[in-house]
Amino acid sequence: MTDLLDLTGKVALVTGSTRGIGWCTAQLLAAHGATVIVNGRTDADAVQARAGELESTYARPAAGVVCDVADPDEIRGTYQLIFREHGRLDVLVNNAGILDDALLGMVSDDMIERSFRVNTFGAIHHLQAAARLMQRKKRGSIVNLSSIIGVVGNEGQTVYSATKSALIGLTKSAAKELAPHQIRVNAIAPGFIDTDMTRALPPEKFEERAAGIKMGRTGTPEDIARSVLFFASDMSTYVTGQVLGVDGGMLV
Amino acid sequence: MAADRLKKVFTDVLGISPDTDWDALRYRGVEQWDSVAHMQLVGEIEETFDVMLETSDVLAMSSFTEAVTILQRHGADLD
Repeated sequence: MTDLLDLTGKVALVTGSTRGIGWCTAQLLAAHGATVIVNGRTDADAVQARAGELESTYARPAAGVVCDVADPDEIRGTYQLIFREHGRLDVLVNNAGILDDALLGMVSDDMIERSFRVNTFGAIHHLQAAARLMQRKKRGSIVNLSSIIGVVGNEGQTVYSATKSALIGLTKSAAKELAPHQIRVNAIAPGFIDTDMTRALPPEKFEERAAGIKMGRTGTPEDIARSVLFFASDMSTYVTGQVLGVDGGMLV
Repeated sequence: MAADRLKKVFTDVLGISPDTDWDALRYRGVEQWDSVAHMQLVGEIEETFDVMLETSDVLAMSSFTEAVTILQRHGADLD
């Protein structure tokens, strides 16, 4: 019987993948056979160490690339590198993101600029370049990590929610434009996931948000990674333009 | 430069005659070269010449002669 989750021979780039959801996703894709390209913003040693971990753990080729998703020139360089080194890209996971909360009256211009550059513009630039590589093979899967906050909004998170809502529009429009090329574009809207990013919240905020989850527990990076695997694999060959909530029944 | 391989890409994708006035061929200058065809051209050019064009190249490729210039910059063998 064909293993529809098998990613052997496929090349996957996961942005922001030295820790958290990105790292968990990189491991799961490698475990299913993909050649994973790990990405981090500045720390070349950490990126290469993670790529080495994938190679030694899963006996698969892996690679690392340092690239700030907020810098379009670095993104262009990344895809030239992928083209030269791998000649293809089958899966892009737009995961890199920042969480910067502030009440509306305290939102600075710098915060808006930085949040959109990382969470939104970076994803657009990656999607644009990835689609070009994928068109060569007439197939591919792009997964954008949005957020439940991008779907329903939340006080104190106006900018963050705007950046993540934009990814939903991006997903739906790109899915329509790229469907004729057999490139699928989907989004995941994680709920409250236990990562370094959410652990940076004040403890009372963390507990308050966790208490709103109907399944009675915070999400794990593995919960999200499994959903990425679904979209990346042949389990979802006829699915595009969708936003999958992975939130344990969270209320915001 | 004859750029025969590049001309073949254009004739195949756009469905235009090999006798086209190549120096005059411009994006949106003929009905066949619209935005959809432009992206198809880019894909075929990348495949044929084994290059990856920058987005700036895609936007700058406003004529056949400009395509020649861009591909020369990428070191492609156009003949």
